[in-house]
Amino acid sequence: MPNLGVIISLLIIFGGLAWLLFRSLTGREVKRRVIFVFIFVAVAAPILFPITFEEHATPVVRDLFDRIETLPRGSRVLISFDYDPAMAPEVQPMANAISFHCLTRGHKVVCMCLWATGQTLLSNTINDVILPEFPNIIDGVDYVNIGYKAGNEGVLNVIVSDFKKMFPTDVNGVPLDSVPIFDEINSCADFDLIVALGGGRPGPKEWVLFVGDPADVPVGVGVAAVVAPQLYPYYPRQIIGILGGIKGAAEYESELAHRHEQFADMDKPGLNMMGPQTLAHITIMAFIVIGNIAFFTGRRRKDR
Amino acid sequence: MNRSTYIVAAVVVLLFALSWVLHTLAMSGEADGVTRAFMVTMAAFLTLAIYSFLYKDNAFYKLAEHLYVGVSAAYWMCQGFWSTIVGNLIPRLSEGASNFFQQPYQASSWNVAYWIPVILGIMLLMRLTKNYGWMSRWPLALIVGTTAGLNFVRYLRSDFIVQVSSTFVPLLGDKELHPWLGFGAFVSNLDLSATGQLAALATNWVVFLGVICGIVYFFFSKEHTGVFGRASRVGIWILMITFGASFGYTVMGRISLLVGRITFLFRDWLGLIS
Repeated sequence: MPNLGVIISLLIIFGGLAWLLFRSLTGREVKRRVIFVFIFVAVAAPILFPITFEEHATPVVRDLFDRIETLPRGSRVLISFDYDPAMAPEVQPMANAISFHCLTRGHKVVCMCLWATGQTLLSNTINDVILPEFPNIIDGVDYVNIGYKAGNEGVLNVIVSDFKKMFPTDVNGVPLDSVPIFDEINSCADFDLIVALGGGRPGPKEWVLFVGDPADVPVGVGVAAVVAPQLYPYYPRQIIGILGGIKGAAEYESELAHRHEQFADMDKPGLNMMGPQTLAHITIMAFIVIGNIAFFTGRRRKDR
Repeated sequence: MNRSTYIVAAVVVLLFALSWVLHTLAMSGEADGVTRAFMVTMAAFLTLAIYSFLYKDNAFYKLAEHLYVGVSAAYWMCQGFWSTIVGNLIPRLSEGASNFFQQPYQASSWNVAYWIPVILGIMLLMRLTKNYGWMSRWPLALIVGTTAGLNFVRYLRSDFIVQVSSTFVPLLGDKELHPWLGFGAFVSNLDLSATGQLAALATNWVVFLGVICGIVYFFFSKEHTGVFGRASRVGIWILMITFGASFGYTVMGRISLLVGRITFLFRDWLGLIS
């Protein structure tokens, strides 16, 4: 009975907000733990009783989607997983969707990471999406995982001119000289597209500064919401498209599901998260309104 | 520690054991089910321990916090050692060591140069000693100097020159995408979509005016009165809207993290959702 669950959840949340408004108007204090309970209910209810919304890709997301869609088959795409488990709820859906999209279009995908924690999350994408959805795919021919290297911007500064100097082998210890994908790749300039996923440092911004601009390679980014506003100034000249936070991931998944039927049946965590996001945002906005009402009524009461 | 603390700790340990046993039974058909059951239970209890801070600071929160910091540091160190020192350095230093670590040896006449980072690395570790701690300043100075030099060039190009040139936007329409054919043509072909000419023009005007007014706000050599004052006022509005957008995105990010943890608790730990 998901609909009944949704109705009961909404009644609890909005009934509670009305109670909070009443308490505020009567000048009684609301403890912060009450706020935490409301946020928990607003997030948990749509997870237990899913509420879904239709998403449409905005131009900033569609630009990256269209670039991957229109690249000729066999194009070389580098995907960098520069994030940690704290960013994974936002960025992992992007990583999964973009990896799926690239392989569906027949591109050659090279996966790497500048964060040690990205190694495990990169393996998750390979094990959860790439291998189950593309059983005939060949490691080293269609995709390769070259893993993590320490050095932050130093790594980028080397691979922009010589890839194999920094990554002599793939993650399994196979020399890149014997990996077919790298037959025609010597530096980052040989990639047709770089997709930088992350949100910290080093991350998408460093990819633009140290690789995209100097090597004149198109860079698309998928970032945690916290840093998305900092990257908008680079769009569209230095970054071809931005997936900002879970909203960007949901838009990308929506576009992918519309254009590729195979993806329509797959799990779409980005779209699934938009229900809890929406309800939590409505609750937070209600808190802001209630807080302001309480402030102004309190001030008026004091003036009297 | 008082008596109630011991009672709470005992209850938590009992719940942990119960959760572990129940998950082990649920995963009895799977390989390494006991280990996986422990992992799921541990992750769930650590999540709850972190969130317990919302009630008040407590020993469980501190335990989880310290565990997180320690495990993170150890994980980064191990990954750095195996991927970079074993993966990149050893194969260029010694064939015997390369064979020991099962890495392909990379012979080159330039390999002797790789002893320089080895020496600098050892000097950096001298920080741990009392008498030779001064030696760590040399590699540290090299790191700071190199980073500053590299960043100066990259930031000057991407964050200054390209950003300044990106501010020079066409105020009457892009020549390629939306050429300006006169006001009549603009009105008769009015397109309200996000990719239409109106949106493009509005974006370019916001960029142009936002930059000018933002700079005016930070120009303190002239009193902010008259036209200058009004431009400064627009500048502060632009800044506030920007901060608001950042705050909105931050809230979205934090909610996403909460959704991620609650999904884990409901799906992997409690099995409430599929």
